[in-house]
Amino acid sequence: MPMTITEKILAAHAGLDRVEPGQLINVRVDLVLGNDITAPVAIKEFRRIGVEKVFDRERVVLVPDHFVPNKDIKSAEQAKILRDFARQQQLTHYFEVGRMGIEHCLLPEQGLVGPGDVVIGADSHTCTYGALGAFATGVGSTDLAAAMALGEIWLKVPESIKFVYYGELQPWVGGKDLILYTIGQIGVDGALYQAMEFTGPAVETLSMDGRLTMANMAVEAGAKNGIVPPDEITLDYVKGRARRPYRVYHSDPGARYARVYEFDVSKLEPQVAFPHLPSNVRPVSQAGYVEIQQVVIGSCTNGRLEDLRLAARVLQGKKVHPGVRLIVIPGTQEVYRTALKEGLMEIFIDAGAAVSTPTCGPCLGGHMGILAAGERCLATTNRNFVGRMGHPESEVYLSNPAVAAASAILGRIAAPQEVL
Amino acid sequence: MNQLRGKAWKFGDDIDTDAIIPARYLNTSDPRELAAHCMEDADPSFAGRVQPGDIIVAGKNFGCGSSREHAPIAIKAAGVSCVIAASFARIFYRNAFNIGLPIFESPEAAARIQEGDEVAVDVESGTITNLTRNEQYRATPVPPFMQEIIAAGGLINYVARRLKG
Repeated sequence: MPMTITEKILAAHAGLDRVEPGQLINVRVDLVLGNDITAPVAIKEFRRIGVEKVFDRERVVLVPDHFVPNKDIKSAEQAKILRDFARQQQLTHYFEVGRMGIEHCLLPEQGLVGPGDVVIGADSHTCTYGALGAFATGVGSTDLAAAMALGEIWLKVPESIKFVYYGELQPWVGGKDLILYTIGQIGVDGALYQAMEFTGPAVETLSMDGRLTMANMAVEAGAKNGIVPPDEITLDYVKGRARRPYRVYHSDPGARYARVYEFDVSKLEPQVAFPHLPSNVRPVSQAGYVEIQQVVIGSCTNGRLEDLRLAARVLQGKKVHPGVRLIVIPGTQEVYRTALKEGLMEIFIDAGAAVSTPTCGPCLGGHMGILAAGERCLATTNRNFVGRMGHPESEVYLSNPAVAAASAILGRIAAPQEVL
Repeated sequence: MNQLRGKAWKFGDDIDTDAIIPARYLNTSDPRELAAHCMEDADPSFAGRVQPGDIIVAGKNFGCGSSREHAPIAIKAAGVSCVIAASFARIFYRNAFNIGLPIFESPEAAARIQEGDEVAVDVESGTITNLTRNEQYRATPVPPFMQEIIAAGGLINYVARRLKG
């Protein structure tokens, strides 16, 4: 019986020869993850289970990244719960401020996730790791608590949807545009409970950074997971990073899909999601005149090196518009250091940008760039819900880093070609 | 005791977890504090007016977005007895079961029930009765495995029992 890559990974981790969509299975997890918002609740629930130790201290990862460096006393208390728990449990992978990154930028970079893994994280964007050919999905705190104790989780095998992207991408078009376009086509519940399998020549040309961006936003279409078949680019990325053995899976010919979408993306423009849903997408040329007061370049969606390079290429020798605050947030300390070495930080600072230490901060309206009533922000983040970045009467628009940089220069939503 | 009853509060499609509990309040996980801001960015008056037993009735994809368990925690702590929606986002769906917030998927109920209707829900059968309109709707049956979690009193009790056994 032919299976999809998602089904194969789940079957292998359930100790079964085969699984079918809809089947409820117990799955061994390779890694579990929590952050400073979700882990405090998980730790409280973990203690209620009545076990002393987590199932494997090398496979429970805690990353305080949302409200750190601590934004207020309450946040400091929450981060401290993680720190104390990590110490008490002697966790190998606890990442302190100054040595951390935004979780979904950090884990792939540090080789903590690899092809064929099953990863669950108490953060909806855990689906990011599907870019490596892993099964990764977001859960809540109680599921995390149970998985920390058991080293396994119950899952329903999802149906898979296959997306095939044809054509050569235009300049300034990348993973962010492919995923925004896709969500625009199928809607914010277009892949509810399902696996999104991203394939085709256009995806094969994407770097790992671009693929991580795509898989990251699978949850924005309601998906359980997003997944990209591993290839040479994947293996090049994993080589020298992976801290555990990994295994490459591919979908069988004849595997069953709930739906197959074929997109010719050869003429696709950079995409912009308008308030207040990620599916409310338009090509940048049809954005019209939208004045903005803030631009955020960063997040688990677009805080990687390639993202900062793209933004810097647009910003080099230019100035941020007087009416705009540009905030650049490297995804990890490593991204920060490399960007410094490459001179990207100098370009940002010369342009008049504020550069921050890695944090989720403004993406979820936590800190480091909260919007006032009536303000508009163009962000490379993943959600533009009402009140997402601050006041309920503020607005968030989503785009790729090059569009964000061009818009920061012009003070309105703009295509990179307009400033180059 | 398996009958829930209350007044319906209607919400639209794609109510995200930022609307249910905005991240600006996530520097705590205290249920009472979270309840005070429940549904704030969808209806700022909700937390102040909701009565114990009241029922949230929403369209498709309720609870989309973030994985924050604070969302069902806030709803439960606000006194809401259950949520009825045309469909639920998957992480919210799991979280609600795990913490013991009853939820019912019924596109028909979501479409027919109006704001302020008096609604009763029979938890075991999934029968939803609209007392105001004298109508009945069926909820999608809960998978037997998830019924076991509910019967155990939530996922943590279920896991604790399993580890002891």
